[in-house]
Amino acid sequence: MNDVDVRRIVASHPDPEGRLLSVLEAIQQRWRYLPEEVLRDVAQELQIPLSRVYGVATFYAAFSLEPRGKHLISVCHGTACHVKGAGQFTERLEKALGIREGETTEDGLFTLEAVRCLGCCSLSPVIRIDGTTYGRVRPEQIPEIVAQWRGGKGDD
Amino acid sequence: MGFVTINGRSVPIKGAKTVLEIARREGIWIPTLCNHPGLPPYGACRLCLVEVKAGAKPGLAASCTLPATDGLVVETDTPRVQRTRKILIKLLLERAPEAEVVKDLAKKLGVVPPAEQVAAPETTRCILCGLCVRACESIGSSAIGFAFRGSRRKVMPPFGKPALECLGCQACVQVCPTGEVVFTISGNRLQGEPWRSEVELKECASCGRLFAPRPLVEHLKERFGFDFAGEELCPECRRQAMAAKLAETILPGAQG
Repeated sequence: MNDVDVRRIVASHPDPEGRLLSVLEAIQQRWRYLPEEVLRDVAQELQIPLSRVYGVATFYAAFSLEPRGKHLISVCHGTACHVKGAGQFTERLEKALGIREGETTEDGLFTLEAVRCLGCCSLSPVIRIDGTTYGRVRPEQIPEIVAQWRGGKGDD
Repeated sequence: MGFVTINGRSVPIKGAKTVLEIARREGIWIPTLCNHPGLPPYGACRLCLVEVKAGAKPGLAASCTLPATDGLVVETDTPRVQRTRKILIKLLLERAPEAEVVKDLAKKLGVVPPAEQVAAPETTRCILCGLCVRACESIGSSAIGFAFRGSRRKVMPPFGKPALECLGCQACVQVCPTGEVVFTISGNRLQGEPWRSEVELKECASCGRLFAPRPLVEHLKERFGFDFAGEELCPECRRQAMAAKLAETILPGAQG
């Protein structure tokens, strides 16, 4: 199973020059993180040392080597969002989800992470859940937003 | 033919690729820790910095990666170079307080080790010069590499597991400037730290002496695509076997 998917992903990136990053992005999309055994397959398929794959995988904060929940909640801690109280959003979310920043809920539904900047400072404070961006969020909206996603938002 | 001006003296480039190469040839002292003539330059330690006056982007540049081009004018020991180099060695002292080579260099540059560490580093000798990584890549098996980044950056085998792909060639030991990499023999195993590599040593088919890491012998066979003479023998027994063969060829019937 794994190696079939890896082969398919590698096949869709035929240019050997600089494809590792794109392959890893596709892997992360497929598995939501970079599983060790999959990275071993990647090294084999791309015919590059595993140490290089591991080096790139650990270099970028966007990659996770730990399993992630079904939904990724990113709290922006960029300058604008920080000034507008990003810290309390993380705190609220931690309370609502019962986990700490960087952790995943026990039911595997949510992973909470802090990101440096989502690039939409005019909307600050911003949180993003998977592909959905919430701008000018107010802390009291947090429970409702979480409830929506818990209730099946984003499932299709 | 091109010329480079170093410390006011015009010298021919004569095939040198970098400013550091020319300086070495001309006997001008420039300290380095991440440079090795057998490996590609990397520009990690920055200690070899020089001041470019003309012919390239003016300012400080690492001479190990600064191409030697015609008309380049550099100074190797200006106050700015000295000042910056001292900062660099101070940072290295913080990272690797137990590395003798760093301490010696600090002393030479007139830098006193700090009385207190700002933060206790995870390893006490590694300066992240990348020589082991480059040596493992070009001679060994890329069993180790850089992982993570920023203050967490370190040299390690993938996933922090024992270095399974290590051949036991010990090229990393040869190039490590600080003595962070150590291999020891225990029974018929060769063990390497800090990467927890462990390889079996091969026994000489004749005298029984352990003479080479088994994966290394296999690797050489594979890489060069032939069985090199007496791969089962230690160098001494190999010489004896060859001498016996030679004697038989030129002195048929002679008894040893």
